[in-house]
Order: sequence, then C-alpha cells, then structure tokens
Amino acid sequence: MELSGAEIVVRCLQEEGVEHVFGYPGGSVLFIYDAIFKQEKFQHILVRHEQAAVHAADAYSRSTQKVGVCLVTSGPGVTNAVTGIATAYMDSIPMIILSGQVPTHAIGQDAFQECDTVGITRPCVKHNFLVKSVKDLAETMKKAFHIATTGRPGPVLVDIPKDVTRDKCRFEYPKTVEMRSYNPVVKGHQGQIKKALQLLMQAQRPMIYTGGGVILSNAAPELNKFADLLGFPVTNTLMGLGGFRASDRKFVGMPGMHGTYEANMAMQHCDVLIAIGARFDDRVIGDPKHFAQNPHKIIHIDVDPSSISKRVKVDVPIVGDVRETLVDLTSLIEQQFASGSRTDEAAVAAWWKQIDEWRTKDCLRYDKKSELIKPQFVVEKLWEVTKGDAFITSDVGQHQMWAAQFYRFDKPRRWINSGGLGTMGVGLPYAMGVKMAHPDAQVACITGEGSIQMCIQELSTCKQYHLPVKIVNLNNRYLGMVRQWQQIEYGSRYSESYMDALPDFVKLAEAYGHVGIRVESPHDVEPALRDAFGKYKDRLVFLDILTDQKENVWPMVQGGKGLTEMLLSSEDL
Amino acid sequence: MRHIISLLLENEPGALSRVVGLFSARGYNIETLTVAPTEDKSLSRLTIVTTGSDDVIEQITKHLNRLIDVVKVVDLTESAYIERELMLIKVRAIGKEREEIKRMADIFRGRVIDVTDKSYTIELTGDGTKLDAFIDALDRSAILETVRTGASGIARGERVLKA
Repeated sequence: MELSGAEIVVRCLQEEGVEHVFGYPGGSVLFIYDAIFKQEKFQHILVRHEQAAVHAADAYSRSTQKVGVCLVTSGPGVTNAVTGIATAYMDSIPMIILSGQVPTHAIGQDAFQECDTVGITRPCVKHNFLVKSVKDLAETMKKAFHIATTGRPGPVLVDIPKDVTRDKCRFEYPKTVEMRSYNPVVKGHQGQIKKALQLLMQAQRPMIYTGGGVILSNAAPELNKFADLLGFPVTNTLMGLGGFRASDRKFVGMPGMHGTYEANMAMQHCDVLIAIGARFDDRVIGDPKHFAQNPHKIIHIDVDPSSISKRVKVDVPIVGDVRETLVDLTSLIEQQFASGSRTDEAAVAAWWKQIDEWRTKDCLRYDKKSELIKPQFVVEKLWEVTKGDAFITSDVGQHQMWAAQFYRFDKPRRWINSGGLGTMGVGLPYAMGVKMAHPDAQVACITGEGSIQMCIQELSTCKQYHLPVKIVNLNNRYLGMVRQWQQIEYGSRYSESYMDALPDFVKLAEAYGHVGIRVESPHDVEPALRDAFGKYKDRLVFLDILTDQKENVWPMVQGGKGLTEMLLSSEDL
Repeated sequence: MRHIISLLLENEPGALSRVVGLFSARGYNIETLTVAPTEDKSLSRLTIVTTGSDDVIEQITKHLNRLIDVVKVVDLTESAYIERELMLIKVRAIGKEREEIKRMADIFRGRVIDVTDKSYTIELTGDGTKLDAFIDALDRSAILETVRTGASGIARGERVLKA
C-alpha cells in the first residue's frame, strides 16, 4: 500500500519507538499534522514558541536515554528553533528536528515562510538533510536517527518540503543503515588502554576528571566502579554532574570558573590526570598555558577525536565510547589487583591529605545567619526537601552555578542545563521535557527573574498538559552574573543589568492557572518548598523567592586567568 | 606551514558548503580549493591548500573527518606528492611583444591557445611557484586577465586515496 510522505513521517517515528513529539504547526507541516491527528502511538505536545519545543525535546533526551523529537514549520518556525538546536548541539544531545519546507518547486523563489533551513542550521547540527523526493524519506529518517544517536551524539535536522509530505510511495522502514562515510569508533585501542593503566598504577597524585560524555554514554555505574576501585579523587564538570555520586568522599566538587578550591587545586597539581568524556574547555581549565605550567601526564578518553589535544596536549589519547573503554580499563585494573599489584598507596594517601587540607578552605561557605535569603540556602533546602532525588533544570547565570554547587547529584541525567551554549530561557521548557518523560518524578526548575522571562509563555503549555513542575525563581532583581562581572571587572558600573518593572510573578502564575507563592524571609523558604512538593504536589508552583541582591558566586576564576588564580570571596576583590 | 589536504566527499548537494563552512566557522585558511567528481560519480575529490601549525592542521583533518559527508581525508604533504595547477592568462601582444611573449611561454612550457591581433591567451601548468614565476617574468602592465584553478594533488608511488 502506498502512503503519503506525511504518513511515512509518522510511521518512521513509530518505528523508532517515539512516544512524544514537541512541536508547533504551520502551513508547511499541515499534512504531517493531519497524519498525527489520525494516529495514537505518540503524543504531540503543543508548545507556545518553537524554541521551547526544541528545548523540551532536548531535555526529554537528556533525562532519558531516548531521542527527543520536535516538529516545526518552515521559515520562522525553523528560525525560532535555531537557539534550541544550537543549545543541543553544543552539549551533544541526540535529537531529531523535523522541519517543514515550502514545496520543492517553490524553493529559491522567496516563497512565503521560506528560508534556507539547511544553510541556517548547518553549523549547529551534527548533520542535516533536505528530502527532495518522498522515495528518499524513510531512508533519510533512518539515517537521521542513526547519526543522532551514535558516535558523539548530536541533533539532526530533516527538512521536508510540503509536496514531499503529500506525494505517495510504498513504505518500508530500513532495518539497518550503512554509510561508507560514517563509521564511529566504539572500542578504544587496547594498546592505549594498557598505557593508561600503567600511568594510573604509578600515579602519585592522580585525578579523575569527567564530563558530559560519561552521562551521554550511560557510563555512570562504570565510572563509580572505576573510581571506587582506585580510590582516586573525582571531579565532574558542569555537564558531568551526577556521573559520579556527589555524596561520596572522593568527590571534590565541580572544577572550573566556579569550581571548588579543592577541585581546581587538584586539577592543577595532579601528576596523572584522566579526562573521561570531557573537553578541557575554557570554563573548566581557564588559560591553557597556565594549566600546562604544572607537568601532568594526561590520559584522555573521548569518542570524538577532534576533542582530543584541542586545547591541551595529551599523552595517552583513547578514542572510543566512554563506557566501553571504562569497562576495558576497569577489568585490566582488576586483573592487576588480583595479581597482587597495587597503586602507589602511600603517595595517594599523602595526596588525599593535601586535598583534605585544601578542603578546609570551605570555599562554598556563605552567611547562614543572614536576614536576607541567600540563594545557596534555597538550593540546599530544595535538596533537603526533595531528598536529593529530584530532576533539576536550570537556566543560565548565577542561579545555575549555585544549583550546580549546592544540589549534590548522586545520579546521572538528573541535572539538566545548557552548559556549552549557555542559553537563558531553557529552564522552564527543560522542566516540561523532563516531566513528560518522568511524570511521577519531582521536577524543579531553578531559575532567575531574567532567564524565566525568556520562555515564560510556556506556563500556558504546562497548564494544558498538566505538568506540575516547581519553579524556584531566585529573584535578585538583577541579571546576577552580569552584575557580578560588572562589579569585579567593570568598576561596579551596572550597565543594563538591573531589571526594572518586573511583573508580579505570583499574579502571573495565577493568571496562567497555576499557584504562585512569594517568599521574602529565610524562615519561609522551607515551608514554601514543602507546600510546593506537598500541598500543591499536583499543581505547577511558581516560587518567587526574593534573594540577597548582592550575593556573588564564589569561588571565581576570571576569564582568561589560570585555574588556581581564584577569587574566594568579596574580600579578595 | 603550507599543507595540501585531499579528501573524498559524497557528491551531494550542500556537501561542499559543509567543508567550506567548517573552515570559516573555525577560522582556518583556505588558500586554494579545487573540486570535481571522480571516476565514481558519487564521489567528489577535493584538494585544499591551507596553512597552519601542526596543531591546527591536526584539528582541520579531525574536523573534516567528523563531517558526515566526508569519506576520506589525507594530508598529502605528510609524504611525497605531486601537485599541479592550471593557469590561463591573457596578455597584451602587440608588435615586438608578440615574439617575446611567445618565447617566454615556450621557456615555461606554456602554450598559446587563443590569438587576436592584440593578445595571446596562454595555458600553463605546473605547481603554484612556477605559475607565480611566469607572472613575475611578464610585464605586469601586459597582463589583461588571469585565471588559476588552484592546486590539485596526488601522492607519489602506490599510495592511493580510495573510498
């Protein structure tokens, strides 16, 4: 039987086991929406802005091991989606973006709602396709899912002209896909893995530094086992939080610009550094020249060869899937231990003593007796109230750093944030995507009054689909991170970083049919949180928490500085 | 350092723009670029002449390999290779200049492929420096138009770049 292109799109999604599609209709995708109307296998979630559709699908993917899917129309539908696509691309999130296009005969004619989708999105997708004939549609969809989910994952866009969705052909979904130009490496080179083993066994000041790659390859159990076996200190980047359990003594916190003192000192002063699914980016190691001043032997495991020796020269590169490589490396270590070999235990014990001394700096301290609500306190209370087991999304800015520092993640895929692109506005759509994937889980969005307004319209989507997420708005009436930089680097000239004329968020939440609670005193923080997750369990609750306007995120490594050139508090200014 | 990178690319719409886009997005240089289908019509062969430190060239080849449409990448300058470039150059040729330019073309093993009573069009093949030398040997004011293809390269000996 012949199917229309639109029906083929729907069937392909069903074949891939897709359960949720986030999207927004428009002229070029009407055949597809008609086909969606006639099926029941997946649910379509109508957002209020295409950017949110992409973010929600992105978070759906981040919080599960599934592929997020979104559907937008041509022209402005796509251009609105670009921020979301770039966000997913920077964090290597596997997802599929389906976009409508004007009919093939109209392409290039400056038709209504036409844009060069493949051209516009090319630099921010892993790959993209323009489907020119309905006969190519099923195979292209199969390739798109294959490319998105294998190797270093990433978003893949499929642009489908309207006539292709109307034309008919026989449908057969390919079982496998072969591409001569695309064969990602899975297994790490065994010789290199043995070299890594030797370095680890001889290490005197070892350090395990892991990133988003551990989360993406589902290697958290393997990482925990690896670190437990060796007893070495572990740091997780912003993208890697939850990869290793934060409640363990071996966890020294996050490294980088707002990393802990002990993590940054250990990164700088270790003698053997094993980087696992992390990419030494500027926010993590600061100035690479300063980082290289201390001699390190570096082992780097990454599925993407281009991430290796990009900013920092490494001694033992291992290209391969993080999980597979960790399994191989761990079994070699077990063999060594079984044969009586040991790591340099005396040296490692001395190293731990040094790290514990660094820990006494208590670099995340803040004024717990303050009359004003400290944002760190709110995050700590949120951790308590949710027993450390919620899914936390965040936007971008100070609140994001406090969330990363103070919500101690023991599990992977619980911390959902835009690490690479740093996109304000992701928090609420991220929470929606997570809640769709995990309807019974506690989901909170830690945000600020700046970020939340960038996608606030999605409160309406939350109402429609009954998504009782909790919005924790750390409202300091400033674009806090901008204000912090202006204070430190621009002579306290607060140029355009003050948010005047803020809405009444309580009334706004109520206008959208939700619960709004304003919190103005430290004593009211915990009760409000308990109400949000208790009394109002089944409602979306917008907690507008008025926090200390002048609080800064510490420690801080200023842009371009060395990793250990940290400011620890206002007294260092 | 100057490097010649050869690659095989799926001969599909938009594939070339992915390669070119990569260079501009990451701030790498393209000095010359040639592209045409191979004996297998589904593949294009590109020759890119670029400059950069060893670290930069390593990143360029890694990023090229990462593109889904790129089938194979090789840095020809890593071992022995041959490069050729074609130039068509139109020069003013009046009176005694005619004799002199013809002689010059012969010295460089060029061929006159079109003639008017006021001009010659000369075809010249060689590596880039030879073409530069020919241009330098001419009176600048005599040059009416120059078109160069950019370098094409191939490895010496039995080394081949195949899908």
